[in-house]
Amino acid sequence: MPETRKPGFDTLAVHAGASPDPATGARSTPIYQTTAYVFDDVDHAASLFNLQSYGYIYSRIGNPTVSVLEERMASLEGGRGAIAVATGHAAQMLAFFAFMEPGDQFIASRKLYGGSITQFGRSFKKFGWDAIFVDPDEPENFRRALTPKCKAIFVESIANPGGVVTDIAAIAEIAHQAGLLFIVDNTLATPYLCRPFEWGADLIVHSTTKFLAGHGHAMGGVVIDSGKFDWAQNQKFKTLTEPEPAYHGLRFYENFGDLAFTVQGHAVGLRDLGASLAPLNAFLTITGIETLPLRMERHVRNALAAAQHLERHPAVAWVSYAGLESSPYRALAQKYMPKGAGSVFTFGLKGGYEAGVKLVESVELFSHLANIGDTRSLIIHPASTTHRQLTEEQQAAAGAGPEVVRLSIGIESIEDIIADLDRGLAASAR
Amino acid sequence: MNHDNYSDAYLREILHSVKTVAMVGASPLWNRPSYFVMKYLQSKGYRIIPVNPQAAGEKILGETVYADLAEVPEPIDMVDIFRRSEAALPIVDEAIRKHAKIVWMQLGVRNDEAAAKAEAAGLKVVMNRCPKIEYSRLHGELAWSGVNTGIISSKRRRL
Repeated sequence: MPETRKPGFDTLAVHAGASPDPATGARSTPIYQTTAYVFDDVDHAASLFNLQSYGYIYSRIGNPTVSVLEERMASLEGGRGAIAVATGHAAQMLAFFAFMEPGDQFIASRKLYGGSITQFGRSFKKFGWDAIFVDPDEPENFRRALTPKCKAIFVESIANPGGVVTDIAAIAEIAHQAGLLFIVDNTLATPYLCRPFEWGADLIVHSTTKFLAGHGHAMGGVVIDSGKFDWAQNQKFKTLTEPEPAYHGLRFYENFGDLAFTVQGHAVGLRDLGASLAPLNAFLTITGIETLPLRMERHVRNALAAAQHLERHPAVAWVSYAGLESSPYRALAQKYMPKGAGSVFTFGLKGGYEAGVKLVESVELFSHLANIGDTRSLIIHPASTTHRQLTEEQQAAAGAGPEVVRLSIGIESIEDIIADLDRGLAASAR
Repeated sequence: MNHDNYSDAYLREILHSVKTVAMVGASPLWNRPSYFVMKYLQSKGYRIIPVNPQAAGEKILGETVYADLAEVPEPIDMVDIFRRSEAALPIVDEAIRKHAKIVWMQLGVRNDEAAAKAEAAGLKVVMNRCPKIEYSRLHGELAWSGVNTGIISSKRRRL
């Protein structure tokens, strides 16, 4: 495109990272289903292994189809570079692995996706990484929880499953005043609705399995680096600033500047964690992203209509959707995601746990499963499924108490979505 | 000239017009950034002449190292400055005397006084950029590392 024009978001969603294949001219992104790549000669191989030239070595570290997804996501979020991985959980693991060492701490919102609370609170402990959970509704809670060993703050832009919107800019300021990295999970909003880098995020993580892919065909995750964080501002990020023994004393930040995180994420993170994204899954995700803006428009329109309908329903005690007038998060939603507050939200049934179980078992259009962000409308009762590994106190803190039902509103006809909810609610009240 | 942003066309024209580059501050150590850049640019067909008084007379990647620009015995198209920003001014003076056409200051190197002097003498200037990164970005290779190149095109990428 002529350089005087800055491409719009919808153009980037279709084109970023995906020029025609240089070898064949193929217009669609080819699926490079290969494990390895030939070297021209020994010197070429040495240059690649030493990170002195760009190129592919082995698909655990990089693959041409996966690279297209990485550039597409870096472009949509307005970042410098990205590392695509097998799942959203792998993205979180890789993001922290870049700078955490045994004994280090980070502060996380306690209103996260239940799976993230388990990953941070239990499995991360095995690496000696200690997560401190705080209520994100009061940003000062993050400041109060600071310790000398803290390296980062982690939040979700829209919390899963609660319809909670985080005050990203306020928490970014607290993180940066303390010299910490600020990581935002933007899965539920997608860059179409919310752009965390514009509010001070340093890294963004996604489960691409959700709205980005949209179709529910492929798992995937991605970490995107803003390229703006100063890794050398203090002594907390030595893995990027100090010599890396496995690369003969190379310093990533000195050698690669604002590409340091992206290069290290491939050269060390993917090399050693091994959570590579399959090329086919990258292809399916790229294809999904092309229609992200169109789908998100419909998702948020349907979600608002469904939430408004539920709010008026006699079997419903409350609805937690940040797009509703009644939501305490409405002002934050209008600031950070003016086009809509996503399509995942929760509501409470007057009939409690039993009514929740009956509802998920009696709907016919909504699919009862543990995913979100599909084109199809999805329903789940967190207390009996996704959040059952948490204590009751943790469930309540995460907005997943016994009476709570989570919806992910799809892109079907809104009349059918509402009719199915009405049928299920009638059955649950019996 | 605005040195906060350079158009892709400006950088592309520079990278396509130069053949011989003197690299001031080139290091003989393989894991230093200058060595990475020199090796990469050599692989793209550029002649790189290293300049470094500490390594004068040695060879880096097959090329003899000179103590300063004035000693380089052949014409130079571009001077790539791998030194602190404060050290750029005398290097620019030498670049002008050597009739170089371009002064390029590496990522993190910026000296507006030196730039103004070079421009007054008819040289083109790039500051706070890396020719390796810009070459690879404009030619699609940087995208292989998951980097946002900012390039949107329905044309086949030139390698």
